[in-house]
Amino acid sequence: MKSLGSIRRDFAPWNDPNAKPYIQFDNVTKKFGDFTAVNNLSLTIFEREFFALLGASGCGKSTLLRMLAGFEEPTSGRILLDGQDLRGIPPYRRPVNMMFQSYALFPHMTVENNIAFGLKQDGMPKPEIASRVAEMLKLVKLEQFAKRKPHQLSGGQRQRVALARSVAKRPKVLLLDEPLGALDKKLREETQFELMDLQQNLGLTFVVVTHDQEEAMTMADRIAIIDKGEVMQVATPAEVYEAPGSRFVAGFVGNVNMFEGKIARGEAGSASIDAGNGITIRTDNAGTAGAGTAVTFAIRPEKIKVSSKKPAEAVNAIEGEVYDIAYLGDMTVYHVRLDDGQVVRASTMNAARITEDPLSWNDRAWVSFRPDAGVVLTR
Amino acid sequence: MSSAAVTTASAPATNAGGSALARLGAAFFGRLVIIVPYVWLLFFFLIPFVIVFKISLSQTAIAIPPYTPALDFSGGISGFIAQLKQLSLDNYTWLTQDALYFNAYVTSVIIAAISTVLTLLVGYPIAYGMARAPATIRPTLLMLVILPFWTSFLIRVYAWIGILKPEGLLNQLLLATGVIHQPLIILNTYTAIFIGIVYSYLPFMVLPLYSALEKMDYSLIEAAKDLGCPPTGAFWKITFPLSLPGVIAGCLLVFIPAVGEFVIPDLLGGSQTLMIGKTLWNEFFANRDWPVSSAVAVILLLLLIVPIMLFQRAQARAQEMDR
Repeated sequence: MKSLGSIRRDFAPWNDPNAKPYIQFDNVTKKFGDFTAVNNLSLTIFEREFFALLGASGCGKSTLLRMLAGFEEPTSGRILLDGQDLRGIPPYRRPVNMMFQSYALFPHMTVENNIAFGLKQDGMPKPEIASRVAEMLKLVKLEQFAKRKPHQLSGGQRQRVALARSVAKRPKVLLLDEPLGALDKKLREETQFELMDLQQNLGLTFVVVTHDQEEAMTMADRIAIIDKGEVMQVATPAEVYEAPGSRFVAGFVGNVNMFEGKIARGEAGSASIDAGNGITIRTDNAGTAGAGTAVTFAIRPEKIKVSSKKPAEAVNAIEGEVYDIAYLGDMTVYHVRLDDGQVVRASTMNAARITEDPLSWNDRAWVSFRPDAGVVLTR
Repeated sequence: MSSAAVTTASAPATNAGGSALARLGAAFFGRLVIIVPYVWLLFFFLIPFVIVFKISLSQTAIAIPPYTPALDFSGGISGFIAQLKQLSLDNYTWLTQDALYFNAYVTSVIIAAISTVLTLLVGYPIAYGMARAPATIRPTLLMLVILPFWTSFLIRVYAWIGILKPEGLLNQLLLATGVIHQPLIILNTYTAIFIGIVYSYLPFMVLPLYSALEKMDYSLIEAAKDLGCPPTGAFWKITFPLSLPGVIAGCLLVFIPAVGEFVIPDLLGGSQTLMIGKTLWNEFFANRDWPVSSAVAVILLLLLIVPIMLFQRAQARAQEMDR
């Protein structure tokens, strides 16, 4: 699976056994009363990495970020930044800055004073502050708004001010808590790319918390999927999507079809899975699972072909009935109800404008996929 | 949080069926709502003020009411005009001639100002503590602040006599614990007035401060700390400036009534203390000089209009910030 790497191919310190970790969570646990927000979690983040913590709300991802910023102390375990244990260091002495979900702009200060706030705290000389603020305003394209107060700005502009303020001090690590959560979809997509450019240009380490998988997939070098205070998987976006480590990850990121079954026969990675009701799935990705193991076969909708006739060459082909069709313009999503009642979701890119032999509701149809299209999950 | 790009197209007001009559009615009702407070102010503020102002221009007389002229229309329009001609500014001239009044005004303003600062110093930490308390116990704390209002103001001030007098609770406690060996003389001094005003007006300071501090987003403090600002710096650079509307409102709510305060200096300050509220009471009840006491009241009002206008400006600014 050598193709499942980082988008920036030359940047993959996590594959280098000699690479020095920059941020390290070592068996970190955080409890609020009886509630365990973070449970014995370990995680390594490298310098200049764009790292995403992805999870549903309440999974503990924000707590991780707040512990890095210094607003919470771990109940047990330790957090290292560049080799230094952060325990006991108050937020105002940590070389990290945070962009808050609410932006937390100071309402009584102008845009330029908001950006200059952190620099003034460091006792930077005035001319330097002025030039740094000007540079930041230029970076986020808000030069003409320098004298405005936050309430005179639009949501997108406020987001930029918050970003400028948090990078103005050139922190070792920038923490972003749902940085795009308050923006509308179009602005969010534009801003994703701007954030990536910014991270590249400034050479900073970014740790972003998000519940939006698309956002995490677009921006991050690696994603940690968090559930109930534990790391489910840490991997590149492509790995998370194409080689999820567990049923949870497969189901959490993107759409997926899952078949429960047992390995009937297997040798050297390829296997037949008996999925019940006479359905047998042949796969090349069985890994080490031996015969008799209860497994889940997970396959993404776009890897499934739907056709009205049984494809002659297909290794895996299951018959069913078209139950629902959603035409989305760029692609069409078919829901095919198999004869055992399970509904399979398959999507097809509409590469041609006119399709011969289009499928319609209640047509008999075959879903087919290649033996390397899905993954076998044992967890 | 995940606000998808849903533009809520607000449907245009479907008011096609609304008849002209209904709209007229709505307009009338709208006007009525605005008129009510003006009518209230006219009857319960402006007219009484005009009456007081008129009395302040009259002369004392041994009569009922104890001043002349008592305007009436028995003499027709010309008689009324003749009565108006008797009005004069003599009482105001009198106020400038006797240093007593000037001293009383100045002392009142100074006492009120010192008391206001003391109330702020006591009230701010209380309001801050309340605003940072867990949301579940905030209503209880708020209740505790308002609770003293359930007892008569007069009784509460009387209670302070029992606490502050030389053989009172405070002195007994301090003597018993050996902190002092001679009883402190607090009652009938300015200190007692300060204690009384701070105690009595504390809720008026705490409540506006609390409402300003409570709506402040705590993440602003976190942001300040995150940017390298220690907690004390964050307080002076973020919390305090943002609570300024509450500070101004609280200070004026204490200062304005404290200037004219009568009960507290009378009960706790003894006969030596000179405050304008007491002077006014003496003129009115002891001297039965209604015109002079009215003049004192009018000047007091003019004196207080400045802080009241400041208060309104501060409120307008606070509303501007909230938008």
